[in-house]
Amino acid sequence: MAVIQVQRRALTLVERTYFPQLMGAMFTTLKHLLGPADTMEYPEQRPAIPAGYRGVPTLVKDPNGREKCVSCQLCEFVCPPKAIRITPGSVPEGAGIDQVEKAPQAFDIDMLRCIYCGLCEEVCPEEAIFLQNQYSMSGYSRSEMVNHKDRLYELGGTFPDRHFKWDVKKAAEARGGGHD
Amino acid sequence: MIDFFFGLPVPVQALLKGIAVIGVIFPIAAACSMAERKVCAWIQSRSGPNRALPPIFAWIPGAGILQRLGVWQLMADGGKFVFKEEPLPDHVNKLYYTLAPVVAMVPAFTTVTVVPFGAYLGPGGRVIPLALANVDIGILAVFAVASLGVYSLILAGWASNSKYPFLGGVRASAQLISYELSMVLAVLPVFLWVNEPGTAGTLSLARVVEFQSRPGFWGGAWFLLTMPVSALVFAVALFAETNRQPFDMPESEADLVGGFHTEYGAFKWSLFFVAEYANMIVGSAVFALLFLGGWNLFPGISLARLLGGLHHLTGWALWLHPLVAGLASIAILLGKVLATIFVFMWIRWTVPRFRYDQVMRLGWQKLLPLSIANLIAYTIGIALLQR
Repeated sequence: MAVIQVQRRALTLVERTYFPQLMGAMFTTLKHLLGPADTMEYPEQRPAIPAGYRGVPTLVKDPNGREKCVSCQLCEFVCPPKAIRITPGSVPEGAGIDQVEKAPQAFDIDMLRCIYCGLCEEVCPEEAIFLQNQYSMSGYSRSEMVNHKDRLYELGGTFPDRHFKWDVKKAAEARGGGHD
Repeated sequence: MIDFFFGLPVPVQALLKGIAVIGVIFPIAAACSMAERKVCAWIQSRSGPNRALPPIFAWIPGAGILQRLGVWQLMADGGKFVFKEEPLPDHVNKLYYTLAPVVAMVPAFTTVTVVPFGAYLGPGGRVIPLALANVDIGILAVFAVASLGVYSLILAGWASNSKYPFLGGVRASAQLISYELSMVLAVLPVFLWVNEPGTAGTLSLARVVEFQSRPGFWGGAWFLLTMPVSALVFAVALFAETNRQPFDMPESEADLVGGFHTEYGAFKWSLFFVAEYANMIVGSAVFALLFLGGWNLFPGISLARLLGGLHHLTGWALWLHPLVAGLASIAILLGKVLATIFVFMWIRWTVPRFRYDQVMRLGWQKLLPLSIANLIAYTIGIALLQR
């Protein structure tokens, strides 16, 4: 492409006095001075969190109140900074969910290690772990910064479920057959 | 009360007046630092400091508004500066390092003494200016003492024994010398005009205001209207003299870390800033007195005529009381000073800092010839006018 030589226009006398520019700039700053602030007064006002935001990882329950995690430990293995520790355990007797084989006995996420990459959410076959909207975590000690299982469920709450995978399996077993 | 005051020995009276004036200037200088932060924040579309509110003051009605304006933050900052550890670096010249902030404060508060800040109508409608020392050399005293302020910057820069403060001190001295010339030359036409033939020669600032209180445009209007070039040169030089952006070469944070105060901290640092704001207040007051008609509220209407008119309209004899005139004049001048300081801040957060060579070129190649030409033109004009 050809180079186009552009002649720079010489400044006029008025422009060289610097005052038109100064006045224009002062008018601009005056508009900002009188206008509303662009910033947010943080603890009282919170920003709107966009969909797909990767906040603090949490564990969720299905609409029936069943904990969805089956302690397969895929998230523990995939976690790049090794922030997740799961102690697998069995499902308590008489919980009415005996079609599920396992549940986590302990589930710890060390938020000092977590890098909010979202791979745990990506890898979870049960859709049990989600990175939700919470973005602010603080504590006075290292142990406070480890989210234990009860805290994770408290943060996570209940999520709608499209599959009810284990209910389908239970129904199929009751029919005496496999999957549809 | 007033009789008791005038019954006191003269030195005690002077001391009390001095304390009263400093008691007003010091809080204004401190409040200016908060105003600076708030104006900066608003111009940058932020809210600025608005959180500090000691719980023990929360019950006061209006404390919330003060909180939004950052007043409590200002007090917290001040308290912090008082109780903070005073760093005294090992490599500095201890005596001069400690002396520099004091040297900064002294001229800043000394100039206040000769600046009249109001007037009242004495017996026979005579205007008596309110000033700590209404000396005849007025403006000369202001210039003489104010230019001593640069010694503090040089002293601080040199005593700090470190590169950036040293460069800051050198820049301060060069800048002050360059702009002092234009500043004085810009003011000369004002005094040429004021000292009419047949009157006693004076450099008193009060006399300039009196002159601007007279009816008629040529020789009565505010000097801003009749001498715009002088006012402009004076204002630009004032920015340079008080080291305000776009001329804050001595402390330009971008290239000199902190400039002359790099090695300073805690209370010594804050003294520099109170001195800077006190300089700004005095500079704005001088600008208001010389070019903005001093304590006259509107151009063309003197304060005496304004109060007389109000008396005529309302019929209250109160308007003619000397105390009312005095308070009104102080309020009007203070309003003008604060407005000027606001413009200082407004420009500071609008214009980027000049380069050092640009500052020098502007001072020597633009302002100085301009002020000389202005002086010559007005000398001829005034000679013809007062022939």
